[in-house]
Amino acid sequence: MSCSSRYIPHTEDDIKVMLERIGAKSIDDLYADIPSEVIFKGEYDIPSAMSEIELRNHLKSLGEKNSQLTVFAGGGAYDHYSPSVISHLLARSEFYTAYTPYQPEISQGTLQYIFEYQSMICELTGMDASNASMYDGATATAEAMMMMVAAAKKKNRVLMSDTVSPRVAEVVKTYAKFHGVDLCVVEGKGGVSDLDSIYSQLEAGDVAGVIVASPNRYGIVEDFSGLSDRVHAAKALLTMYSDPSALAVLRTPAEWGADIACGDGQSLGMPLLFGGPYLGFMACSKALLRKMPGRVVGATKDADGKRAFVLTLQAREQHIRREKATSNICSNQSLMALYVTVYVALMGKNGLKEVNRLSCDGAHYLYDSLLATGRFSDPFGKPFLKEFTLKTDIDVKALNRRLSDKGFMGGLDLGDGLVEFAVTEKRTREEIDQFVKVIMEA
Amino acid sequence: MKHYDKLIFELSRPGRKGYQLPADSFGVDGIKSIPSDLLRQSDPELPEVSELDVVRHYTNLSSKNFGVDTGFYPLGSCTMKYNPKINEEIAALPEFSALHPLQDPETAQGALELYWNLQNALAQLAGFAEFTLNPFAGAHGELTGLMVMRSYHMARGDKKRTKVIVPDSAHGTNPASAMVSGLQVVEVKSRPNGSIDIEDLKPLLSDEIAGIMMTNPNTLGMFETEILEIAKLVHEAGGLLYYDGANFNPLLGKVRPGDMGFDIMHINLHKTFSTPHGGGGPGSGPVGVAAHLVDFLPNPHVKKDENGKFYVDFGKDALGSVSAFFGNFGVMMKAYAYILSLGKEGIRNVGPMATLNANYIKESLKDDYLLPIAGACKHEFVFDGLKDKSTGVTTLNVAKRLLDYGFHAPTIYFPLLFHESMMIEPTETESLETLDEFIDVMHKVAKEARETPDVVKDAPLSTIVRKLDETTAAKNPILNYKALKNA
Repeated sequence: MSCSSRYIPHTEDDIKVMLERIGAKSIDDLYADIPSEVIFKGEYDIPSAMSEIELRNHLKSLGEKNSQLTVFAGGGAYDHYSPSVISHLLARSEFYTAYTPYQPEISQGTLQYIFEYQSMICELTGMDASNASMYDGATATAEAMMMMVAAAKKKNRVLMSDTVSPRVAEVVKTYAKFHGVDLCVVEGKGGVSDLDSIYSQLEAGDVAGVIVASPNRYGIVEDFSGLSDRVHAAKALLTMYSDPSALAVLRTPAEWGADIACGDGQSLGMPLLFGGPYLGFMACSKALLRKMPGRVVGATKDADGKRAFVLTLQAREQHIRREKATSNICSNQSLMALYVTVYVALMGKNGLKEVNRLSCDGAHYLYDSLLATGRFSDPFGKPFLKEFTLKTDIDVKALNRRLSDKGFMGGLDLGDGLVEFAVTEKRTREEIDQFVKVIMEA
Repeated sequence: MKHYDKLIFELSRPGRKGYQLPADSFGVDGIKSIPSDLLRQSDPELPEVSELDVVRHYTNLSSKNFGVDTGFYPLGSCTMKYNPKINEEIAALPEFSALHPLQDPETAQGALELYWNLQNALAQLAGFAEFTLNPFAGAHGELTGLMVMRSYHMARGDKKRTKVIVPDSAHGTNPASAMVSGLQVVEVKSRPNGSIDIEDLKPLLSDEIAGIMMTNPNTLGMFETEILEIAKLVHEAGGLLYYDGANFNPLLGKVRPGDMGFDIMHINLHKTFSTPHGGGGPGSGPVGVAAHLVDFLPNPHVKKDENGKFYVDFGKDALGSVSAFFGNFGVMMKAYAYILSLGKEGIRNVGPMATLNANYIKESLKDDYLLPIAGACKHEFVFDGLKDKSTGVTTLNVAKRLLDYGFHAPTIYFPLLFHESMMIEPTETESLETLDEFIDVMHKVAKEARETPDVVKDAPLSTIVRKLDETTAAKNPILNYKALKNA
């Protein structure tokens, strides 16, 4: 038996030599302890081996079944610009073929970029400490919910504004259902969180934490004046979901008085890639540091006094604490943390501001153009950055089909004639004019 | 080049930049329409560096890392196999990378077909009815699988089942995932060879047991030979069997967990299906289930209609959602390319060659290292440190000394069944020559331990940094640049 595959190097001679050393007659001998009725004797219903040429052709033909659209939608995934440098640096196999940095002496590359990543997330959110990443914004929010309940000890109730993105809310609800959190969704008012309703529910004194988002599910930049004081007065914690790219210009979770900041890093230039890999970020106040889930990197010194980085506070984690850990998370999205780090390093604070200015100006230009058609109205009249929701009398489903025939991805259909559009710095004035023209052909 | 130890923040010079964006031609000032107290009050302190600064900085950082492309990882339970290059190229195809996850499924048929083909291939290889690919990592798959388990019992109105049996030799994520899913852990003790003692298991089975989580082969690399009996007992007690796919590699092409009586399993695509570990992710943790559990799989659910069209379904019996979109799609593309590259014949060699490699190392080193369990292992095995305990050289010392010789360390001090555990898993992608080099070095370290033990105890000696002060790091955590500057 030889194993002619480019990924398995064993020659017939190799196998013979190895079996001899082991003292086995055949490979099957090594499986002799397995009941014969569970040994698979059938044939797999999958294709035969493909060469690289065939594989490329197959993927190309699959790719041709996708439409390449000019994107005017967001909903948690934004078509931002990705500088060329990033893919080149991420392609360095010393980064992407490395294991989790449990051996710090040979993992300083990974450990240092995670430290830089944590520093950048702290700068963007204003918070004291960040972990090394979570899976996505939705699971990061679910983890924040569990963290608030764990910190509150005896309280088990969490309030979540219904202006949080529905895709994030679904995941939070799922985790709440199984983890046994009494999650209460607080209906919004006029497109924003109903703070008065939240305040009245806080009065019972049984609330462990509150989850709000800005920009919210409609793209609206919410005003949380007074919220954190009321939450803290009720001995509860505040989690704020935000867009890390937008935090270069918008009031930060720390400035709003939040205890936990979370969200999705996709907006920091990551390819859309049909939903992932992206990255969830989580940062918190110093007081909550030891309650935070996930890996954390800290600075230290080596035996020669040299500055170095190491995984720290591991006593919170599953491989040490098992069922008493703060979370079950093990693998996170480390390589995507490198993505964020390189992106933020290239853009700097001025580049991020410029990205927001261009996206915001483009969004307002589209907003004005759509209102000018007379077929759209603004149901909320609240401030927005790059994403906004309008009401229309046009059949949204039919409209979006026509738009995709013309090469555009239209706004998200929120039902009841509400459509949510997003504009990034990649959209030109010409593209927006063309987009509006196609809409008006209705 | 000389030692490089700058942080990106330390390269910053006010006014320098590493980007170029188009001019603003919109003639509106959008941000001005946002009330000023909703805007950021003070600027973030982010690096201001040139493009070349960034490129050199991260290239230099990469040179301080060890990866599979650098050298051999004998890392037990982690399955550090070769990450094929064509897979990286495929995951970057613009026909996929520009796809928005909320695009009309009609315009994303290629992506949905890939998702469907991959879940179907995994179902074939693991012997289950259907897979969801949405979970982001192994632990996330465990959590999703336990949610399926609980949904099944809840749907039957069987509310008492709030406990799950987990062996004491299990991966740490098992009990942690159980805790997150709202299940209480009941530990079952392992026999000396890590397998479950049926007599210990029997009294634990009751109408409060939702199921059992098992790793087979277990974390000592030994197959649970009584698995069919265990499955029978658990099913008779009304429980379900969960298979931790972290150790699926030795069975790939040989045994299907679904055929052993398991109802639910997760697969780590970043282990068994060759996708890179990325320094700790992104991974992917697909969850497969038997036919009677398919409706509980999380939303969104990719399905195929009778005309061969793919669509996205949000089932009402689903456990809910565990991801905003479809999971780590880019990782799925790599695993798909891997399966197609090996094909239905080639994939049958994966498990057997991984098992051959592990047994070869085990038999070659058992003269110097203490092998607590004799007999054929599967993809991995555990030594209980050096055979000669008189030298004072520990498993940690041996692990660090291996770094000096250009190898990654094995997994150490896990499983907890032995004091000096050293868990070794070579994978099938390593050649006989690489294994022999590793075996030589392991013998050499054993010899050093006898003759010059201090050299081994002081290791590593030749790495970029040496032993780190982890105690101070945990006592006075410095977790970002600002804190470091002020320290």
